[in-house]
Amino acid sequence: MTLDLWTITKRTAFYALVVFIVFVAVFPFYYAILTSFKSGTDLFRVTYWPVSFSWDNYISVLSTGSFPRNLLNSVFVASVTVLAALFLAITASFALSRVRFRGRSLLLMTILAVSMFPQIAVLAGLFEVIRFLGIYNTPWALIFSYTIFTLPFTVWVLTTFMRDLPIEIEEAAIVDGATPWIIIWRVFLPLLWPALVTTGLLAFIAAWNEFLFALTFTSSNATRTVPVAIALLSGGSQYEIPWGNIMAASVIVTVPLVVLVLIFQRKIISGLTAGGVKG
Amino acid sequence: MTVEATAGPAVRTQPKIESELLRSRVGAAMWFLLPMLAALAVVAGWPLLRTIYFSLTNASLTDLYGADFIGFKNYLSWTTLKSGRTVFSGLLVDPTWWNAVWNTLRFAVLSVTLETILGMIVALVLNAEFKGRGIVRAAILIPWAIPTIVSAKMWSWMLNDQFGIINDLFLKLGLISQKIAWTAQADTAMTAVLVVDIWKTTPFMALLILAGLQMIPKDIYEAAEIDGVHPVKVFFRVTLPLVRPALMVAVIFRLLDAMRIFDLIYVLTPNSSATKTMSVVSRENLFDFDKFAYGSAQSTLLFLLIAVMTALYIWLGKVRFDGGDR
Repeated sequence: MTLDLWTITKRTAFYALVVFIVFVAVFPFYYAILTSFKSGTDLFRVTYWPVSFSWDNYISVLSTGSFPRNLLNSVFVASVTVLAALFLAITASFALSRVRFRGRSLLLMTILAVSMFPQIAVLAGLFEVIRFLGIYNTPWALIFSYTIFTLPFTVWVLTTFMRDLPIEIEEAAIVDGATPWIIIWRVFLPLLWPALVTTGLLAFIAAWNEFLFALTFTSSNATRTVPVAIALLSGGSQYEIPWGNIMAASVIVTVPLVVLVLIFQRKIISGLTAGGVKG
Repeated sequence: MTVEATAGPAVRTQPKIESELLRSRVGAAMWFLLPMLAALAVVAGWPLLRTIYFSLTNASLTDLYGADFIGFKNYLSWTTLKSGRTVFSGLLVDPTWWNAVWNTLRFAVLSVTLETILGMIVALVLNAEFKGRGIVRAAILIPWAIPTIVSAKMWSWMLNDQFGIINDLFLKLGLISQKIAWTAQADTAMTAVLVVDIWKTTPFMALLILAGLQMIPKDIYEAAEIDGVHPVKVFFRVTLPLVRPALMVAVIFRLLDAMRIFDLIYVLTPNSSATKTMSVVSRENLFDFDKFAYGSAQSTLLFLLIAVMTALYIWLGKVRFDGGDR
């Protein structure tokens, strides 16, 4: 078989592009890991490969300050937010996907609009509500405010998923005298598990990464979530930025996410695109 | 999904039961929607209205309730001096605000344009069949999964003027002659923000476009190949028009996201007037400068701007979100 020069060039160029894409995507994370294992003066010597190895930054970030507490806060806030959003979204999505009523399209568009809201537009009003409820500077302030983006998102994605469930199952249940409530919890829920995992995971990531509300509605080290803690990590003086600690903290919060995302790759891609493109 | 179809042939002969079933279903649906709608009203609707109200008062952070209604004075007010000269004040004549507006628009247009082009390239690569496609797909998900704050910190370390690897690399390659303070200098700060944002969000764009690409039937390409149509022509005549609906939706999602950007800029280039966006200055006024009402006015304007932009985009671009009937 003879390969002409043009084909070889084309194939080489294609693979060069592939390598370039992978390199650009992965390199900053690789470099953060590399930096997080450097200590002392090594930190300030640029190297492209690992030259030294030490756990110092990890030990320092986990033993001093409130970072472990911040991690717990983040886990708690994101988990409760996601569970609350899923609970409210399941019944709402059933109504939006399987029952025809007047104004349904308008309602769906409104929900989509809320999820695309500029969060700054509600910041002043939310601040007032949160102070009124007396939950300022507690995790509940964040759980409350995160509903603004997790709920519309879960409703939207679960609606697209539920629309695709076969009608025959529902018909059979109705013939057996099942009420919509029973249809949701006994018939649909077992079929929806994959969708719930996907949606829940995406909402969890969004809540885990949120910054603006967390920065505004908490004010002490003990109540902050991880993104705010990392943004505000400071050293002994104003000019001394603890890059080693910041990189170690960054790696700690990112590794679980990256692992989850890689495990649930296919589900995540289908969940992301269900929100955006359909037909 | 229709109720008519749900009430199958078995009950079609009994219209009375069917309509009763339908009524009870719609009734149940209303109850199912209520908790969600109540939650959204409390966390989104009411706060939005309050923000708009605050923008028409002289509220301050310490005194939210004792505020007076002052109409549109936060937006624009004027006094005529004794000399007959009229002096305007307020948001609409505030140069800091307009600087933020231009920064936001510049950022949104540049980042979304570049992300669309790069996202299209990545999507086309992923749509081709080759060994190691799974690795590429996994790799591009990494920037997407990394929290924005973390990526801002990672990049500000890489872009560090003294110890950053970017300066080191560029010096070695001879691209620059001296170290550059990328995030601090006014002329490079926006570039730095754009680079990080593009790195972080191109994967999302690529995945949405890829989903659109995968819905194009393969036989169209086979037909084009048999007819000997040049690949570039195939892209502009076949691929682009067919992927357009998916592309339009992806672009509006990204555009709305870019218009409200806050976290990346807050962390990567703090206090740089070259990159401050509407969200950043608005939050500054709300919580740092104790100009709560003024900040509310800025939030309100940002909201209106985004609403008008979205309406125009959907109307002019004839975008269809398939949320409607089926």
